[in-house]
Amino acid sequence: MLRRIIALCIKEFIVLLKNRKSRLVLIIPPVAQLIVFGYAATFDLKDVAVAIYNKDQGEFSRQLISHFKGSDVFKIVADLNSENEIATVLTLKKALMVLHFPQDFSRNILKGQSGQVQLLLDGRNSNTALIALNYANTIVADFNKAVADRYGAKVFPATLKVRSWFNEQLDSHWFIIPGIVGLLTIVVTLEVTALSIAKEKEAGTFDQLLVTPFKPIEILIGKSLPGFIIGLLEGSFIIFMACFWFEIPLRGSIVALYFGLLTFLLSAIGIGLMISTIALTQQQALMGAFMFLVPSVVLSGFATPISNMPEIVQKMTLLNPMRYVLIIIRSVFLQGAGMELLWSQYVAMSIIGIISLLIAGMLFKKRVY
Amino acid sequence: MDTSSSFMRLKGLIKKETIQIIRDPSSIGIAFFLPAVLLIIFGYGVSLDAEHVPIGIVIEKPSHEATSFISGFYESDFFRPKIYPDAKKAQYSLMNREIIGFVWIKSDFPKNLLSGESAPIGVILNGVDANQAKIVSGYITGVWMKWLSAYSKDKALSIKVPIEIKHRIWFNAAVRSRNFLVPGLIAVIMTLIGGMLTSLVVAREWERGTMEALLVTPVRIKEVIIGKVIPYFILGMGGMALSVFIAIYIFDVPFRGSFLWLFLASSLFMLTAIALGLIISIASESQFVAGQIAIVITFLPAFMLSGFVFDINSMPLPIQWITHIVAARYFVSILQSLFLAGDIWEIFIKNCMWLFLMAVVLFLIIKKKSHKRLI
Repeated sequence: MLRRIIALCIKEFIVLLKNRKSRLVLIIPPVAQLIVFGYAATFDLKDVAVAIYNKDQGEFSRQLISHFKGSDVFKIVADLNSENEIATVLTLKKALMVLHFPQDFSRNILKGQSGQVQLLLDGRNSNTALIALNYANTIVADFNKAVADRYGAKVFPATLKVRSWFNEQLDSHWFIIPGIVGLLTIVVTLEVTALSIAKEKEAGTFDQLLVTPFKPIEILIGKSLPGFIIGLLEGSFIIFMACFWFEIPLRGSIVALYFGLLTFLLSAIGIGLMISTIALTQQQALMGAFMFLVPSVVLSGFATPISNMPEIVQKMTLLNPMRYVLIIIRSVFLQGAGMELLWSQYVAMSIIGIISLLIAGMLFKKRVY
Repeated sequence: MDTSSSFMRLKGLIKKETIQIIRDPSSIGIAFFLPAVLLIIFGYGVSLDAEHVPIGIVIEKPSHEATSFISGFYESDFFRPKIYPDAKKAQYSLMNREIIGFVWIKSDFPKNLLSGESAPIGVILNGVDANQAKIVSGYITGVWMKWLSAYSKDKALSIKVPIEIKHRIWFNAAVRSRNFLVPGLIAVIMTLIGGMLTSLVVAREWERGTMEALLVTPVRIKEVIIGKVIPYFILGMGGMALSVFIAIYIFDVPFRGSFLWLFLASSLFMLTAIALGLIISIASESQFVAGQIAIVITFLPAFMLSGFVFDINSMPLPIQWITHIVAARYFVSILQSLFLAGDIWEIFIKNCMWLFLMAVVLFLIIKKKSHKRLI
């Protein structure tokens, strides 16, 4: 039995790798995407274009502006001379944010009152606007503290000491890049397995396969192994790159990580085989894979948190293996989690894998007899 | 070339293609049903607005002061507080992802408050989801500031913050992330649909062997391409219209621009999406390759590089250059402006020019590639 499975597996690999284009397609896109998306996918801002409308003659506005100039996040792009210009720079996206100092700004501070600065932001991407506002708040808070210290003002009765564990700098690459491990692994695994049986059906060689001494279970295993192996290799490669190229700290146990990757691959090939047995042509198999992939990426917590979704959508994500593997990868990488914190994730993915494999097996048998 | 006979052939091709579409409901399904379903799922599913975020609150020793401080967490819709008697238990919950972080009020908090020194309040966040952590940290600061001004009023302390920020967020005052995500999603979904529709059609023609039959007729290659583009363009625009309808009436995204501009920009974008689909199916002989390429050059770039969630200006420069060949980038920009800000000529014309340029280049590539194939 083992020999037959190996033979089938070798044949599958030959089919996959004999053609130069299909070889390249297995290697180049994941590497290119890892690099491009690894750098592109970030919620951190830099060089945010800021325009200044300063009616104040005093020193405080000048000092605050120089604090903004000194930060990596902001870049002053324009000095405005009238109220009308504010609308122009914001609507035309020349600036994301406008700082507006009223005439009495410095005077009020010297009088011991609060000087008010107005921040106007382009909310067309309100997330970016909120993050920029957060950065601006921090700059102003630091400046306030400096001013208060200098003028011996009363200290606040209580202060917040905020610390972020696992990602002190709150660098969002640390969140996104481990996610790419899951993303690219499922794309390639699902596609290889989804096409495996459909390809034979379309070419008419499926019937030939059935008259060989292979048992259905052997065909299924032989068909799923290549996707499994390729997925494992690509996953490992991306993990390697995440550690050594992007320098994301891998703090937890490799065993816990790989156990997650293996159960994830199990569920991915289960779903891939299911699609492949249902589909009659490669076209349909591809469509099926696509139709599964797109929602499972978008609703996995890859970019936007699952906890923000409505209750019913959150329930739907329980069927999505991406959801679990992302938790495992991120926890192991950043949190240094071991298996004991993650067992429920492993169980959920294994259940999805086993059920989809069983369904694939049943459908396959039905097609055979 | 005789233009009137060319027109006649074209008419025939379009008629044939239309009949095919009507008889095979799968392409109508892809054009209408799919974008509607995807937009509804994603529109509900993709949100950056957190609500009822589980947050731990550690109170080592109950006191009047501690209670007054944490009341802010109960008043806000943003938080769902959970009380812990000591930091150990809160830490455990944090490791288990039950809470995103915790506020730690030590037993000497009331004493420190009165001492004249600043009483420290510890905030510990799970930084794994950095974006979420930043937003939560902002909200905690908000609770703290609100408490601070109430407390100093109460105790008649004269604390004045030197500089106060008054902020206003234009075009989306309620800071509803759906307002910008849904227009962005339309661009992502239409990239997908456009590519899928056309790559399906040409492949089908080859699969059934009817392409060869077409080739022996007097039809020119140009006419074949135009004959394919027009019906699927109309179909794709139908899906587009449906998506806009869903955005406005189901997701309540304001639409402040004009439909004429929307129509013009969508047409240009649809042409690039269809052209991309045609190129994919012409360039790749095997379905496996076509499939990989379709995902690699349509969905993922539209998702990651269009500026729909991730800000393009914050990307490293070489990546910013790459985003210029992602058509969705221009369309996202146009859509977000048309929906939220209105008709802004400069933004519209700049992005439309890029789309136009892309469409021209893509069709030139098609022209070149398909010649090779047919002769």
